[in-house]
Amino acid sequence: MKLRGLGVYAAVVLAFLHLPLLILIAFSFNASRFTIWEGFSLRWYQAAMQDTQLSDGLVNSVIIAVVASVISTIVGTLAAYGIWRRSAPMLSGSLYLSLVTPEIVTGVSLLALFQWAFHFLHLRLGLATVIIAHVAFSIAYVAIVISARLRNFDRSLEEAAMDLGASEWRAFTRVTLPSLVPAIAAAGLLALVVSFDDYVITSLVTGVDSQTLPMVIYAMARRGVSPVINAVSALILVAFGAIILLSQRLERA
Amino acid sequence: MNLRQWFLLPARLWMALFFAAPLAIVCAYSFLTRGDYGGVERPWTVESFTRVVDPLYLAILWRSVWIALVATALCAILGFPLAFFISQAGRRKNLYLQLVLLPFWTSFLIRTYAWIFILRDTGLLNTVLVRLHLIASPVQLLYNDGAVLLGLVYNFLPFFVLPMYATLERLDPALLEAAADLGASPLATLCRVVIPISAPGLMAGCVLVFIPCLGAYLTPDLLGGGKTVMLGNLVQNQFTTARDWPFGSAASLVLMLCSAILLGFLMRSRIAKELM
Repeated sequence: MKLRGLGVYAAVVLAFLHLPLLILIAFSFNASRFTIWEGFSLRWYQAAMQDTQLSDGLVNSVIIAVVASVISTIVGTLAAYGIWRRSAPMLSGSLYLSLVTPEIVTGVSLLALFQWAFHFLHLRLGLATVIIAHVAFSIAYVAIVISARLRNFDRSLEEAAMDLGASEWRAFTRVTLPSLVPAIAAAGLLALVVSFDDYVITSLVTGVDSQTLPMVIYAMARRGVSPVINAVSALILVAFGAIILLSQRLERA
Repeated sequence: MNLRQWFLLPARLWMALFFAAPLAIVCAYSFLTRGDYGGVERPWTVESFTRVVDPLYLAILWRSVWIALVATALCAILGFPLAFFISQAGRRKNLYLQLVLLPFWTSFLIRTYAWIFILRDTGLLNTVLVRLHLIASPVQLLYNDGAVLLGLVYNFLPFFVLPMYATLERLDPALLEAAADLGASPLATLCRVVIPISAPGLMAGCVLVFIPCLGAYLTPDLLGGGKTVMLGNLVQNQFTTARDWPFGSAASLVLMLCSAILLGFLMRSRIAKELM
């Protein structure tokens, strides 16, 4: 009796979380340009496919997300393992701090660093600066996923390997690393999504010739609502959803 | 150098160069003078910090704190019963938890755009209300504090539900039964048993929502239009349009300091250690 009222409340809150996105997806199939349902159509998907700004943005976003997530997965995994062996308060502290630093602050401070460095180096804002920034904020996400996995890992396994004559490196590659593979894959997918999605930091450290997909979507949303944005959003939501579900499955494996 | 040191090296280097150094530069800039064409110049001065406490900017600071506080309270009101429900859901726990987390991991920008789509003048809500003859002409629902609050609660609710659920899940069901057997009403059980026991999770959830709300930039930018300026928008504006880097840096530091203090507070609680 008591739980039934609670159940209704919980259902309403869950609906609040999901309905806006479901509505957004539903209207990507609307034949009309306006928010009145006029029948099923794929014309906005067609329009999205033919939009060169969107496809250029997609290419840039994919390049950035793939490179940044590979680097941050390697760096983050090694860091989490090092911290697991013995605590490293300075590094852990800065990783946590990077997680709670407002994106806008991370963005402007990196912009300040890059502008300052460009006095000495003949470089410009572009894909490279975006990748550097994305790795900087993704390392913490990777480290947290790997650390959670290591917490359940039996330390004595490595000690046993070393007692039996394995070097530190061999104990890591033969004993610990294999059991970390699912967590590493999960962390990598998470970093991929986090990087692909970023708008605030990217918009501050990118150049004019390296617009990412979120930046193109932001500019379109600023100009006004277009069903093309709904279509692109639906595609991104489905892709992200699939990647995240896969990542969570791997994490638990 | 042993293996562990080598493993920590790349992360240490990257975080030093691209996290600590940028913050150090912002620190230094906040004590410099604005250059004629943007950038910074000498002499060193604390003028930017005295400007932060200027009534005009103090109002923005209080406004950000106030909006973040209301958003946190709303998250608690929506999130606490949801977390409690999930913790009592038995075998369906993981499914419900998944349902809370899935929208959270999908694109932040798109989640905010969904509300523009629903709330704008020719958006879904206005269209439906006009068609039902509940209103004569579209009502302005976007570009006000309410829309920003809605966006913040929508985006950060999972940050509250997760730690809340983690504490409620360990609540011994026997305690609830004992309270009921001893004649406590559901409300009394809630106030005198459930909330005191789950207080650490409640605090952690509130801090985890408050921090990103205080530093929010994209949500007020898109849903608040130009009217709802929060600290994040002030920082962005000083670094781009206004080109006053020293003042933007000082405002960044204020924001950063608030976040760091709250993080320190959070890390001292037991629940944070289990979550992170």
